[in-house]
Amino acid sequence: MSTKVKITPEVVAEHGLSEEEYKVIQDRLGREPNINELGIFSVMWSEHCSYKSSRRHLSKFLTKGDRVIQGPGENAGVIDIDDGDAIIFKMESHNHPSYIEPYQGAATGVGGIMRDVFTMGARPIALMNALRFGEHSHWKTKQLVNGVVAGIGGYGNCVGVPTVGGETNFHKGYNGNILVNAMCVGLARTDKVFYSAAKGVGNPIFYVGSKTGRDGIHGATMASAEFDDNSEEKRPTVQVGDPFTEKLLIEACLELMETDAIIAIQDMGAAGLTSSSIEMADKGGVGVLINLDDVPQREEGMTPYEMMLSESQERMLMVIKPGKEKLAYEVFEKWELDVALIGKTTDTGRLVLKHKKKKVCDIPIAPLADDAPNLNRPYKIPKPLPIINSTDIHETQDYNDALLRIMGSPDICSKRWIWEQYDRHVMTDTLDSSQSGGDAAIIRIHNKNKAVAITTDCTPRYVQADPYEGGKQCVAETWRNLTCVGADPIAITDCLNFGNPEREDIMGQFVGAIEGMNEACRAFDYPVVSGNVSLYNETNGVAIPPTPAVGGVGLIPDLEYFSSISGAKEGDTLIMIGETNGWLGSSIYLREILRREEGAPPPVDLDVEKINGDYIRKLIRNKRVNAVHDCSDGGMAIAACELALTNNIGVHLQRSSGCPLHAWLFGEDQARYLISVEENSVNPILTTAEDRGVKAYVVGKVGGMNIKAEGAFDLPISTVREKHENTLPELMS
Amino acid sequence: MRTAVITFPASNCDRDAAVALHKVTGIKPVMVWHRDIELPNDIEFVVIPGGFSYGDYLRCGAMASRSPIVADLVKKAKKGLAIAGFCNGFQVLTEAGLLPGALMRNKGLKFVCRPEKLEIVNNTSRYTSKYNDQSEVVYPVAHHDGNYYADKETLNKIEGQGQVIFRYKDNPNGSVNDIAGICNERGNIFGMMPHPERAIDPLHGGTDGIKLFKSIIESI
Repeated sequence: MSTKVKITPEVVAEHGLSEEEYKVIQDRLGREPNINELGIFSVMWSEHCSYKSSRRHLSKFLTKGDRVIQGPGENAGVIDIDDGDAIIFKMESHNHPSYIEPYQGAATGVGGIMRDVFTMGARPIALMNALRFGEHSHWKTKQLVNGVVAGIGGYGNCVGVPTVGGETNFHKGYNGNILVNAMCVGLARTDKVFYSAAKGVGNPIFYVGSKTGRDGIHGATMASAEFDDNSEEKRPTVQVGDPFTEKLLIEACLELMETDAIIAIQDMGAAGLTSSSIEMADKGGVGVLINLDDVPQREEGMTPYEMMLSESQERMLMVIKPGKEKLAYEVFEKWELDVALIGKTTDTGRLVLKHKKKKVCDIPIAPLADDAPNLNRPYKIPKPLPIINSTDIHETQDYNDALLRIMGSPDICSKRWIWEQYDRHVMTDTLDSSQSGGDAAIIRIHNKNKAVAITTDCTPRYVQADPYEGGKQCVAETWRNLTCVGADPIAITDCLNFGNPEREDIMGQFVGAIEGMNEACRAFDYPVVSGNVSLYNETNGVAIPPTPAVGGVGLIPDLEYFSSISGAKEGDTLIMIGETNGWLGSSIYLREILRREEGAPPPVDLDVEKINGDYIRKLIRNKRVNAVHDCSDGGMAIAACELALTNNIGVHLQRSSGCPLHAWLFGEDQARYLISVEENSVNPILTTAEDRGVKAYVVGKVGGMNIKAEGAFDLPISTVREKHENTLPELMS
Repeated sequence: MRTAVITFPASNCDRDAAVALHKVTGIKPVMVWHRDIELPNDIEFVVIPGGFSYGDYLRCGAMASRSPIVADLVKKAKKGLAIAGFCNGFQVLTEAGLLPGALMRNKGLKFVCRPEKLEIVNNTSRYTSKYNDQSEVVYPVAHHDGNYYADKETLNKIEGQGQVIFRYKDNPNGSVNDIAGICNERGNIFGMMPHPERAIDPLHGGTDGIKLFKSIIESI
């Protein structure tokens, strides 16, 4: 075996492997590994690839359901949306690269998640993103926002997939570690879903896409002495995205998928050629022989180690049916992509790599997957913060000022500055997007009378205050947002962003949040079909707020029946569905007006969520509502303001209960929907609600050009709009 | 009537243009590959769609304008073939010399996507004759390089000859004279940055784009 590198304990440690893990490697090989093999074990057993801290907890999730075709474990989740159509979707983080190089980090995040989706046979039809930046006054925030947004737009716009929604928060907890979570939704036929299992022996393995360069290889491992010569040119570089190649890859792969040439296909994501070849072989129960000299290379003199660990973008690996090689070449050459036959499947059960006629790696594949560490890290779920009564929370003396401050706060303000940089309309099936300020994006299934609704949600301050309730809330809010547009929620993907799992409290946040999320998934029969875990999000020992971002997908079965925040009319009555108790703990009011971040978050009663949501969907299908809006951050006051701004019509709220006025307006009680209905629908709605055990009551009227609440605020829409719209442009100027 | 849509590598509004043409003519357009050397004979109207042909590398539209199919379009344009370019298609047409002027980076230096109000400056052109009762339309824009520029002499000429067809009401990109869409002297070639093909269905939020396609198709 060719290797000049001596494997010392230091080299092992630099590869992030523990002594025990190294012993397992020696045992399975029956000898010392060489540097290539060590590198391969290292990345396969890394947190990122093996989910070693999270696996045992993730396994608790509900992952099955009537509409689930493929749950976690493949490139993305697959659900059935009838008529032979399938939706394939996933969300993934690209946090660390985006902090270091915001444009390319975000761009390659978008590229990576799209590849996960089209790898499975789906044409990407929508992109979403969930972004968390540091506080707006932090010196680095502006540059990061600029770069990340430009990167997301630069990639998605070029590829021609609409970026239709998402969320953006600002908090000092992300000052040193921003979060960039990208979600992609694709459309396939249920009988044309592609998987990664490389079944059959002696089948050709094709490499397609960009050439392999030295980008993305771990800096620490590269710094070892043995790479001294030419160290300058081997220095790792940041991954660079090329959306042009991605677009060609999408078209070429989808074109080849129309034939029967492909046995298995896998994109080269994290750990590139290593993880893609091993996953394909492991799932197919075969071995793999790769001749590294045939790998298209961007630079001269690349070593096997570099080729196997490179994270160059826009590359795919596929196993082709023998006899179909010519067809594959034709399609990829038509699209002017690099294509190479680099190896074949074997019956050895081993990954064998050849380089310059020498064997440079020979390891059994099963242990790479089966023996991957599965840690049971100690954890302590943090105690929820104590409940604060709304009567103990100071009432503002100036409601006009309070409303404007909240509407202009970075979390609540208009994100127009961001979404105007994203092409939201390409493919011409976008029926609703960020543009409306509504609750979920709506994307029509091309040429059909149905649509999918998509949303991403997470309220990190709730998860911080109580991981379990906060976890429930993340899932419940997506379910509610899909409900708001009249969709039947089907399934979720998640992106679990947390700090260092080696700390008991962080691991406790993680476990608590998963338990809460899972309980909500089970209550709604709303399974997790794909996801991603991002740990070690911290700087100088300070962890980010726990941020389990959830992406929900639902089906609008008939375009005759959907709803949105638009449609409120002069003379409409505003009805609140769901009880208002005025919960101010961990609320936006408490944080933005009183500068306090404390108190237990609002509890989520999943039974109530269910009956309220089911009722809303029924009202939408019965065409009883003109507009629907979820009541979340900032409570009823902010929901009403958003409704007014979108429809450019005034609202007039009148307190309906005995709870303190500020708590009634700004309380964040869950399971609530603000609906705008015709006068003659009011009584039927209230009556049927009562029959179903749903709390429903009139909270105001629609009309005029002012946003007012009796005894509290009264402002012209234009004033509120100005405040709402100006924050971000001012911050970014 | 037979129509065609050209597909370059990384065109991404080719399907959208095809959907619009199908809707208006009732016949699916022919999708023509950039490497084809000749347009099918019976094609009477061609759309060069939006997108990022060749990744916008070098200059938007520059490489596409040198592709084999565009050479044939240039030849046929001289014989009067009707050709429209939207967004990237407009950039291709200026790069190919079929329309005057050039499109530069947006004044704000950022990609901008929003519904845009346009004034119909000339509703007697082959592309706008159906708008006789209308002075304004809303089409979405979505571009990074839509800042139209032409030298004074050219501007005077196109303004004077009725070649300026659309103007922005709220200029999103810094275009000179708020120009959003122009045609050539003969009137058979038309280019604009906004996307009429994204405004052909009530579910898009508007159907202002339909009349543009109807106008040109009925003029043939």
